Amino acid sequence: MSFDPHAARADFPLLRRDHEPALHYLDNAATAQVAAPVLEAIHAHETTSRANVLRGVHRLAEAATEAYGTARETVACHLNAVDPDEIVFTSGCTAALNLVAHAFGATLAPGDEVVISELEHHSNIVPWQMLRDRTGIGLRVIPVTEEGRLDLTLLPDIVGPRTRLIAVTHASNVTGALTEVGPIVDAARAVGARVLLDGAQQVPHARVDVQALGVDFYCFSGHKVFGPNGIGVLWARRELLADLPPFLGGGEMIRRVRLSETTWAPPPQRFEAGTPPIAQAVGLGAALRWLGRHDIDAVGRHLEALTQRLVEGLHTLGTERVRVLGPGSGHPRGPLVAFDVPGAHPHDIAQLLDGHGVAVRGGHHCAQPLMDAYDLAGTTRASLALYNDAADVDACLEALETALRKLL
Amino acid sequence: MSTDLYQEGLLALAGAAEGEGRLDDPDVTLTLDNPLCGDRVTLDLHCDQAGRIAALGHHVRGCVLCRAAANLLGQQAIGQDAASLDTLQRAIKGALRGRHAWPTDERWQDLTLFEPAAAHKSRHECVLLPFEAVVEALRQHGEGGATGT
Ligand SMILES: Cc1ncc(COP(=O)(O)O)c(C=O)c1O
Repeated sequence: MSFDPHAARADFPLLRRDHEPALHYLDNAATAQVAAPVLEAIHAHETTSRANVLRGVHRLAEAATEAYGTARETVACHLNAVDPDEIVFTSGCTAALNLVAHAFGATLAPGDEVVISELEHHSNIVPWQMLRDRTGIGLRVIPVTEEGRLDLTLLPDIVGPRTRLIAVTHASNVTGALTEVGPIVDAARAVGARVLLDGAQQVPHARVDVQALGVDFYCFSGHKVFGPNGIGVLWARRELLADLPPFLGGGEMIRRVRLSETTWAPPPQRFEAGTPPIAQAVGLGAALRWLGRHDIDAVGRHLEALTQRLVEGLHTLGTERVRVLGPGSGHPRGPLVAFDVPGAHPHDIAQLLDGHGVAVRGGHHCAQPLMDAYDLAGTTRASLALYNDAADVDACLEALETALRKLL
Repeated sequence: MSTDLYQEGLLALAGAAEGEGRLDDPDVTLTLDNPLCGDRVTLDLHCDQAGRIAALGHHVRGCVLCRAAANLLGQQAIGQDAASLDTLQRAIKGALRGRHAWPTDERWQDLTLFEPAAAHKSRHECVLLPFEAVVEALRQHGEGGATGT
């Protein structure tokens, strides 16, 4: 199989529309565009099967429950999970991380340790700080190298007998660095700790096999994988979920409620209190089926070539003038490139690029500790998705050159 | 068009370095972050007996809009007090949001340079941050003059 980015792009109504100036959407790491089959699936669901799930016996309730269950199966299949019941629907990646921090966090004792990293998105830092402040656990941090990769040489000093969880990103949303999962899993196993990967930036571009990864928790967001907002996924091993207490309480997550006490439903319902985002789950299922129709290895090669074009183009603007963050050649990186231009602020660069139809992100990318490590307020980030092409990259580089003439 | 934002006048004000730098022995120091983008303004103030600004120094880690706003304060805030700057800050906020016209006070006539920012909601805070910082710094000074962040 091969991959044609223009055929993929034709599936995105927003990208198909005429834009003045022509749109070059390079903010995919923040939110990707939504594919037509996703919108159609949501529309079809809402106009033929809208009802609440799990509780009704009428035919619409049956249809909604069936559609919701099918979405769960699709996600399980996409991640190669052992069982659809390992898939918990949440409102997003952030909600999934908070769920783990509460449910798994409830099993920790004061003095137990959670290991995170300097590379994390705030959503994989703040919930753990809040847990630390609630319960007295310790928080240890894996630093980043100059190149923005996790410095795994320090793992033996950081992971110890009190480590209960290592929670790190699978792919950085700033440096693009891909995490070497093997050594982390080994270090965790050696002390009986669990491993969580934040896959928000990995699932949109790569094959993710949770069994092969050997981790315990994995999470991502729907809106970054060409699906709708308001839906995310937590995957966790069945036996692990079975031992965890719930996070939120309410309907759907109970087995039996008495005024004196309540018992919990089995996973995944135990972790899905209240009416879930049903149409969003249906949309996510459609998005993953759409993504799965493409040869993901060919997509990977396409994105790798575009990323290289972008990095090389930035280098030709002058390595003194434009400092590219992230791993150099020889280390795997995801399809996004953040850069710093001394003397030109990322906000101003992003705003001027917008004048040329180029949508990029300027700011701290919800990774302030990483910005502190680099002693930067923020960076400008161009992030690619499978529907981008060389023209998008070239438009970005050209617009950047013009912007820098104005700002420097 | 977003490029309208970056007129010569605004770029010149951003580069003007008015009041740039820290003060020795300030009566009050305040650092304010823009949580959305991580921009940071640090202000040092000397105040007179009546609580008016006698000297202002700033250090800005921010965009053109934020730097220009801080420089405008550096140029024009001397002699102003908490009440007048609070009124000004509210007026700028209202004008950015299109609720009312821009202040016409001659002292602050360069505020017109920020008018194009009104069309860019995500940039309002860039303009406001230095003004919010000076109001907060004067408030803290009024409360006892403790140096805080
Ligand atoms: C690496 C990473 N983790 C987590 C998140 C949070 O995702 P959401 O805001 O969809 O919950 C993001 C979003 O930018 C991300 O890039």
